[in-house]
Amino acid sequence: MMLASHAVPAATPAPVLRVENLSVAFHTRGGLVRALDRVGFSVGAGQTMALVGESGSGKSVTAYAIMGLLEAAGRITGGRALLGDTDLVATPPKELARIRGRRVAMIFQNPRAALNPIRTVGKQIADVLLRHGGATRANAWDRAIEALRNVGIPDPARRAKAYPFELSGGMCQRVMIAIAVAARPELLIADEPTTGLDVTTQAVVMDLIQQMAAETGMATILITHDLALAAERAGRIAVMHAGHMVEDADTASLLSRPSHPYTARLIAATPTAAGSLDSLSSVPGGLPDLRRADIPHCRYAARCERRTDACDQIVEMRAHTPGHGVACWNPLTPMGQPAEGAPA
Amino acid sequence: MTALLELENVGKRFPVGRRRFFGGTPQPHVHAVDDVSLTVDRGETVGLVGESGCGKSTLVRLITRLLDVTTGKIWFDRRELAEVPARVFARDDDRAHIQMVFQDAGESINPRFTAANAIADPLRRLLGLRGEALTARVEEAALQCGLPSELLGRFPHQLSGGQRARVGIARAIGTRPRLLVLDEPTAALDVSVQVTVLKLLQRLKADLGLSYIFVSHDLNVVRLLCDRVVVMYLGRIVESGPAAEVFAAPLHPYTRSLVAAVPRLDGERVEAARLTGEPRSPIDPDPNACRFHGRCPVGVARCGTEMPPLRDFGGGRFAACHFAGQAGDRWDKVTST
Repeated sequence: MMLASHAVPAATPAPVLRVENLSVAFHTRGGLVRALDRVGFSVGAGQTMALVGESGSGKSVTAYAIMGLLEAAGRITGGRALLGDTDLVATPPKELARIRGRRVAMIFQNPRAALNPIRTVGKQIADVLLRHGGATRANAWDRAIEALRNVGIPDPARRAKAYPFELSGGMCQRVMIAIAVAARPELLIADEPTTGLDVTTQAVVMDLIQQMAAETGMATILITHDLALAAERAGRIAVMHAGHMVEDADTASLLSRPSHPYTARLIAATPTAAGSLDSLSSVPGGLPDLRRADIPHCRYAARCERRTDACDQIVEMRAHTPGHGVACWNPLTPMGQPAEGAPA
Repeated sequence: MTALLELENVGKRFPVGRRRFFGGTPQPHVHAVDDVSLTVDRGETVGLVGESGCGKSTLVRLITRLLDVTTGKIWFDRRELAEVPARVFARDDDRAHIQMVFQDAGESINPRFTAANAIADPLRRLLGLRGEALTARVEEAALQCGLPSELLGRFPHQLSGGQRARVGIARAIGTRPRLLVLDEPTAALDVSVQVTVLKLLQRLKADLGLSYIFVSHDLNVVRLLCDRVVVMYLGRIVESGPAAEVFAAPLHPYTRSLVAAVPRLDGERVEAARLTGEPRSPIDPDPNACRFHGRCPVGVARCGTEMPPLRDFGGGRFAACHFAGQAGDRWDKVTST
C-alpha cells in the first residue's frame, strides 16, 4: 500500500492538483523539525477542499511547500505536488516563479500586511496583469480597474489610486482576490482568508471567492482552523494533526461519520448554533514535539483515548468507505471494504 | 436582581483633524459611542457584539474607566464613576473591583514578567499587598484558574496559549473584582483549548459571584456564555435582549445579517440578505438618520430622516428599528428577491 496517498476514488474529474507523500522538515537550532510527513490529497477543477487543523498542524506549511515559498530553513524531503503534469516539487525556482501567480495563486491572512504598503492597489493589480495576465502597458491600468470592479469594489477608478492603509480589511482582501485571480489561475490557495475580518465581511469575502471559482472553474484549497467555515464552504475536508493527514472525506460524511478520534474531538469542541457549553468538550493533550527523532508513528496516539498496541506501527491512510480516508488503527467506524479505485 | 453597573446615555466623542482657531468650520468629531444605556446585574453575563469600529472597545474603556466620558453617567454599585477622572480613578478603591481580561494574553502580559509576577502586579499596585500575603493571594488566584504552581516561574513565551489565557484571567481575578470585562478572551486560542477556558470562566463566575461583560465577535461563543446580549452598530445599541432569543429571532435587520453570516457546523443557512458595503462614516453622523440606513436591506426614506429610538418589545427585548417586530414578512420579501 502506498503511504498516505489520497484515498479519494477517481469519481472526481482529473485533479488540478495532486499531492503525494509530501514531507517537509525545518532545520532549527533545536534540531530537525519534521513539520510535514507524507501528506497526500487532490483537488479537482471547480472544487473547494478545506485543510483543517489546529495551529501547528501543518496546514500552512503544506501550502507554502506547494507554492515553493518555504522559508530558507525548510526543505521538502520527499513527495510530489502535481499541477496537471508539472511536479511543482521538482520544478526549478525560476520556472516556479512563472507558475506562481499564473497557474497557482495564493491569498493570505491579514491582507493589509500582504499588500505592498507604498504602492497603490491599482498599480499592484496592474503589475500582476503585466507579468501574468497578458496586459500591455497601455491597457494594464484600465484592466486593473476592471478587476477591482469584478471583486465588487464600489467606485473602482477612485479606489485604484488608494494605498492599502486607506482601505478597510475587507476591501484589502478583495484587492488580494483581484490580484490572485487576475491571471485566471487553475488553483487558488486561500490561507485563512477571513481570519481577522468581521463575520459579515467574512461571508461576503467567501461568497466572492466561491463566485470567482465558479466563473473560472479554478480549484480552491481553503486553509482554516474553523471547522464550521470549512463545513459551510468546502465540498471536501482534510483534517491535519501535527503534520499528518488523519482524515479526508467529503464534508457531509466527515461531519456525520467522523472516523478518526481526533476529527470527532475537533467536532465536539466546536461551538454550534444550538447546544450548551456543557455539551462541548476540549481535545485533551497537546501536539507532540516534532523535533524528537522518535516521534511516534501515530502523532495523535499520546492524546488518544482509543489507543491500542497496534498504534506503535506506521499508520497509513486507508479508505474507510468510498471516498472517505482515515489514518487510524482503531477508527470510530468499522473499516469497510477498500473502495474501488482507492489504493489497495 | 439589582444592577451592579448602570450606564445612562453614555457618549464619547473624539476630535479628529486639525483644530481651527480662527472660525471656519467647527471641529469634527468621531462619535465612537453615542447615547448608550445599559445595565449589568449582579451575577449576569452581558455579551457585547458588533463589527470592528462599532464602539465596543471604546465602551469597554469607558466602563473600565480608562477613558473619560463626553456625556452620560456610569453607576457602579450605586456610585457615580463618570465624574471621577480616569487619572484619579487609577488610584481609586473601586479600581480593583472592575478588572479586565485582554484579548491575547501573549501580547498583553509583560514578556519580562514571570506568570507569578504578572499576577502579583495588580495586587501590589491596587491592594498594596507585600510578602507572604502577596504570595498567598497569587497562589490562590492561580489555583482558581487551574494553573499549576510549577508554571508560575515561567515567562509568557514558555507557556502554551491556554496557559497564557489562564494567567491573564488569574491576574484579573486576583484583586477580587466584582465586574470582569473580557475582551475576546479566546480569540487567540484553538478550538481544542477554547472550551476549557470558556468552562473555566463559567465556573469562576459561579464560584466568585462575578458579573461579566463579554466582548466578542464570535457569536457562537457569545451564545454559550452570555445571559443577555447587546448588539452595537456605529456607536449605538441597535438591539439587546436575552441571548438565546436574540439569536433565534433577531428583531433588528443588522442583528439578522450578523446571525446569518456566522458559519454553521450543520451547514444550514439562515436566509438573510448579505451585508455589502461599509458602515457610514462615524465622523459627525446625521443625528436624524438611522446609522444603518444605506446599508440596511429594509431601509426606506423615513430611516434617513428619523432616528429610530430603542423600543421595548417586552420580555427584556429592545430594538432600534422602525420596522422591528412587524418586519418579518418585509424581510422575507427582501431576501427572496
